[in-house]
Amino acid sequence: MSNHEAVKRVPGAGLAKGLAVTFRTLLRRSVTAQYPEVKPALPARSRGAIALLEENCTSCMLCARECPDWCIYIDSHKETLPAPEGGRERARNVLDRFAIDFSLCMYCGICIEVCPFDALFWTPEFEYAEYDIRDLLHEKDRLREWMWTVPPPPENDPSGAVPKEITTAERTAGPLTPGAGGDRDGGSEGGAGE
Amino acid sequence: MSEVLEVVLRLAAVVAAFLVLPLVVGQTEHKVMAHMQGRLGPMYAGAFHGWAQLIADGVKFVQKENVVPAAADRRVFTLAPAIALLPYLFVLLVIPIGPGLVGQELGAGLFFALAMMGVGVVGAVMAGWASANKYALLGGMRVAAQLLAYELPMVFAAASVAMAAGTLSLTGIVQEWQWWWLPWQAIGAVVFFVAGLAELRRPPFDMPVADSEIIFGPYTEYSGLRFALFILAEYAGIVVLCALTTVLFLGGWKGPFGSEQIGWLWTMIKVFGLAFVVIWVRVSFPRLREDQLQRLAWATLVPLALLQLAITGVVKIAI
Repeated sequence: MSNHEAVKRVPGAGLAKGLAVTFRTLLRRSVTAQYPEVKPALPARSRGAIALLEENCTSCMLCARECPDWCIYIDSHKETLPAPEGGRERARNVLDRFAIDFSLCMYCGICIEVCPFDALFWTPEFEYAEYDIRDLLHEKDRLREWMWTVPPPPENDPSGAVPKEITTAERTAGPLTPGAGGDRDGGSEGGAGE
Repeated sequence: MSEVLEVVLRLAAVVAAFLVLPLVVGQTEHKVMAHMQGRLGPMYAGAFHGWAQLIADGVKFVQKENVVPAAADRRVFTLAPAIALLPYLFVLLVIPIGPGLVGQELGAGLFFALAMMGVGVVGAVMAGWASANKYALLGGMRVAAQLLAYELPMVFAAASVAMAAGTLSLTGIVQEWQWWWLPWQAIGAVVFFVAGLAELRRPPFDMPVADSEIIFGPYTEYSGLRFALFILAEYAGIVVLCALTTVLFLGGWKGPFGSEQIGWLWTMIKVFGLAFVVIWVRVSFPRLREDQLQRLAWATLVPLALLQLAITGVVKIAI
């Protein structure tokens, strides 16, 4: 209100203010990102594509069932492992097909949340547009390729409580050297492999 | 023979300036407007900061189809872009760049320049009428209304300078000009510049082409090269308006030093400074409403111009 009155008191003050705003913007650096030449610096947890760590997948189908868009296709068959000495035969799921249709995916991330074996990850890569919509169906080898672009998880908070994984590992394998690189992907892979 | 050669050279120089300067202003507008909005503007054409953007635009416009509406008044429709563009070329002919650097010295140069700028507006009126399109017609009517409203304060402001200098010759006005004319003719300068902006239909006075209201006013039905000529006319108009303001109110080629040697440089600096202001104003202010525009002309600019005339007369008699 008082601002409005001030504008009325000095004729042209509003005009001068407008000119000042544009001139200040002129002197400032422009915010345009020159995308194809300059790649954007994306945060580590950006939702670009979904990567599949095939070795961790047990074909449990949780992701496919939770997917709101039903865009995950899984085929698997059971394989019987020969009985080891003094044991019995074991059945194991073998993944035949794992595909995500990114033309249907809405990037909700529920599949990644729900995966009990850490087989699915977000990658910030987003440049996978296609001329044919059918090419957006990424089969498992292509999903595995995305794994190389998954950034490492953030470091543990040094002042926080020790994560459960580390205490479990320490209980069996003895004290780990502090700050060892074991708490990267390898740690979770090992956990899932048990 | 040498006289003929000189005339040819002068004409060639004026045509070259007519073809180059509007493009420079247009490119400056692209870049300045972009940066004022926090963008970069054209960056690709010509590899270095998009310097060739307008050339690329020109090539594109040439390739486009020239459509003439079935109901259009064909001859007037095709003639309109030329009527809109050429007058500015003729005005450029009489504007002095430096001492002796003028296309054609004219005794009544100021009169000629103002008359020609008025003719340029007729091109837009013709386009509006001949297009057989209601939006074009509305735009054409607005152009006509704007011409009537703004020609008067513009001529008054120019007359004030002519009174002060005691001559209608543009070269003569610059020769008479002294630095204290700046405060003396300040009101006239502002009135002339604002009225000129309105006559060129530059934002914030662009109701005739208000694209959010009436598509593109008189130019709605134009395409291809004819459309490009109208756009070129707008930028040529900016150059002419800035050059005229420079010559009339800012002392043309006179600068703090070296007016005789580098006078053309002073003129150019002033012209491009004013062109920057034109762009700056365009970026900063929203479009006026049609009635606000008329009100500004008749209730503000005309009285101010008359006041300037009175001041000029009193001071002229006093000294």
